[in-house]
This record gives sequence, C-alpha cells and structure tokens, in this order.
Amino acid sequence: MVAVIDYGVGNLFSLRRSLEAVGAEAAVTADPERIAAADKVVLPGVGAFGDAADKLRSAGLDRVLLEQAEAGKYILGICLGMQLLFDRSFEFGEHAGLGLIAGDVVDMTPVVPAGYKVPHIGWNALRFTRPHPLFRYVKEGDCVYFVHSFYADRCEKAVLATAEYGPALTAAAARDNVLGCQFHPEKSGPVGLGILRAFCEL
Amino acid sequence: MITKRIIPCLDVKDGRVVKGVNFQGLADVSDPVSLAEYYSRCGADELVFYDITASAEGRELFTDILRRTASTVFIPLTVGGGIRSVADFDRVLKCGADKVSVNSGALAEPGLISDAAKRYGSQCVVLSVDAKRVGDGYRVFAKGGREDTGLDAIEWIRRGVDMGAGEIVLNSIDTDGVRGGFDLPMLDAVCRAVNVPVIASGGAGCIGDFVTLFKTLPKVDAGLAAGIFHFGEVSIPDLKAALAANNILVRR
Repeated sequence: MVAVIDYGVGNLFSLRRSLEAVGAEAAVTADPERIAAADKVVLPGVGAFGDAADKLRSAGLDRVLLEQAEAGKYILGICLGMQLLFDRSFEFGEHAGLGLIAGDVVDMTPVVPAGYKVPHIGWNALRFTRPHPLFRYVKEGDCVYFVHSFYADRCEKAVLATAEYGPALTAAAARDNVLGCQFHPEKSGPVGLGILRAFCEL
Repeated sequence: MITKRIIPCLDVKDGRVVKGVNFQGLADVSDPVSLAEYYSRCGADELVFYDITASAEGRELFTDILRRTASTVFIPLTVGGGIRSVADFDRVLKCGADKVSVNSGALAEPGLISDAAKRYGSQCVVLSVDAKRVGDGYRVFAKGGREDTGLDAIEWIRRGVDMGAGEIVLNSIDTDGVRGGFDLPMLDAVCRAVNVPVIASGGAGCIGDFVTLFKTLPKVDAGLAAGIFHFGEVSIPDLKAALAANNILVRR
C-alpha cells in the first residue's frame, strides 16, 4: 500500500487515481499508523512552503516522515512535497524543511532570463544527470508537467534530472530512499505514470 | 525549454459534449470521458471542460463526468462555466480539476480572483476573457459576447493578473468561428501587458493557423480550439508534427 500524506494541502484525487492506474493500492491518510504500515509514502503539496511546513508540523507528520525515512522506506515528494524534503526554503521569508536532502529552495525569478514567465508552467523535457531506477520507463527528453516558481538549489549531489528554463532547474532529486519530483507525475500522461510505476516497484 | 501547449475544449451540456464529433474508433462521440481519453491518447497537452448546463441535475452530471475523467486521464484539466464563488472552485477541484477558469463570475465579483488565488494559489486561477475590438482598443464582452461591459480588455486582464490570475485565456469574438486564424494583434497586446501564460482562443481553422500563431507571437503559450478538433479537421498528431517541422517545441 502507498500512503499519500493528507495534511490539508491540495487536491489528492488525481494523485490517488494515478497510483491506482499503475496498479498500486493507494490510501490518502494522515494517520501515523497507516503511514508506518505502508510500503511506500508519497508527500504531495501545492501552495506556499511556510504554510505547508506548518501544517505538516502541527499534524505531527514531520516526525512520522523523518522516522519512515530513517527506517529506509521509500518516500516520494511531489512539487511542494519535494521542496519540503530539503533543508530550507526562502519563499516569503526563511522556513525550515525536513532536511532529508541537502539543499535550499529558492526563487527562480533572478536566474531565469528576462522575458521568461514565472511560474514555470507547462510541459518541459527531462535531462538526466545520473541514472536512477525511478526513470527506468522514461527516456531523456520526455516531457513532464511543471507548475512552480521556486526550485531546489545547492543540491548538486542529489540531482537526478533537470529541466532547461534558461538555466537547468532541478526536476528530480534523491538521497538514498528519499526521492522528489518538482513536476507532477500524476499530470504528466504516460511518462508520469511510468515514473509512478517505477516508484511503486522500488 | 517549455513546449507550446495544444488544448482541446469540450463544451458539456447535460452530460454530453455539445458539438457533434466523428472519430474512427470512438463509439460514443458525445461522451465527454471517451473524448477526453481519446484526446489524451492523441497528445493533447491539457483539456478544458466547459460546463454550459443550467440545471442542478446537469451540474451534478458534470461533476460526475469530471471525476470519471480525472480517474483515467492524467493530464491537466481546466474547468470553466458557471464558476461564481470559492465554493464552486472547491466543488470542481475536489473532482479532479487542476485549474478553474473564471469569466462572468469574475466580472460580477472581481474579488473572486483574489479570494480563489489566496486559497488555492495563482496556478489554479485562469481568467478567461471574451474580447472584441471597439474603436482603437479592445473591450470585454459578457453574456457569451452579447453585452459590451465597457471595460478595456487590456486593463481588465492586467487587473486580473494583479489580483492573482495565473493564466489568461483570450477569446477574440472578432475571429471566433471565422476560422481565418487567431487574433494576432489582440494577442500581441495582451502578451505585452502581462507576464503570465496566455492561451489563444478563437479563430483556428487549420494547422497553419497554429504555426502562424507561435511563429509570429513566441510569447503565446498555448492554442485552444474546439470544433476543428471535434470535427476531425485538425488531428493533434498532425498538428504537433507540423509545429515541430517549423522548429516550434512541442511535446511528442
């Protein structure tokens, strides 16, 4: 069973359905026991970092995630859920993340060329920086769907894939059993489903 | 680099797609779920579901269709039509919509844009505008293009973006249904005014119109159409092949 963490951030309908579409049993839950009993954990999220981090902490789910990561369980953060895995974010101030992957989440506005729109919305191609089983069904250049204004920086060792938007922005990162996708695999058509399938098979 | 998006729009009334469609291999041509699945297989980058139902039963059917579509189609879904409150946002987002498009609801109560953006984020709020050239400028029209609101379209769009709209769908009443190409001057004016994605709507008649759109106005992010896709006059794989052949980045 894959536990999709429900901490009141965003709509989890499509995510649950996409996991079911690749044959997984998915449960949307905030129950620490169910999360502990799951084979895999998905941390979703949309919105602002500070607000999401507060919600995660006030529900006590930050600890649950840290314990699960420590125990070696595979965790996949998606979009803001991925950003929460890093040390800190500078979105509207400075906020501490879970610190599971070394790096900072910063505004892309200063680094993207003039005339590029922020947020980065739409389908962009994946460029792999190192091979990873999460992408076993995906080819270099396959497009996935992004919606974000901040990105993970100073995380060179963890980067698995980038997307070019002026500079190469972190598209996916991992440290051992902790993985994150900046894009939305549940909205990225067959390519995204392939990534979710690969995650479920890890 | 980000790719240009091709977006079919499905008008849904009482649970059925309004415009008649005829595809090989599609048994029920007016079933929105089947049609959405078909477009997704063909490479559509996003879908717009437009609810033109007036009755409560129709609305119920619409949300059911949305839920069924979001269960099998895993590309972004935008929902519009009859969105007048944050509660309407909530209703369609819970059924699997990713973005919600507001038009008359925002004209009647502009605060809807900021309320929804605060609650769900700007990425979720699409401002759809029906505009028409009047004199030297562009005016916003309401009631399906029948009523001149007196609002300057560029100013309204700028205001909408300031209030939190994350994307603009610009439908030109002048070119809509004419099939002579998108309204390039109007789109250009909007692209110069705001720095959020702009989706061109109204006027596409053939593949060449999309090529011209993206070649002439590289700042336009997406092209939206209904009839030419539904009637099979433009196939999405052919369209994408033509765009790629013209060095326009598309998802293949």
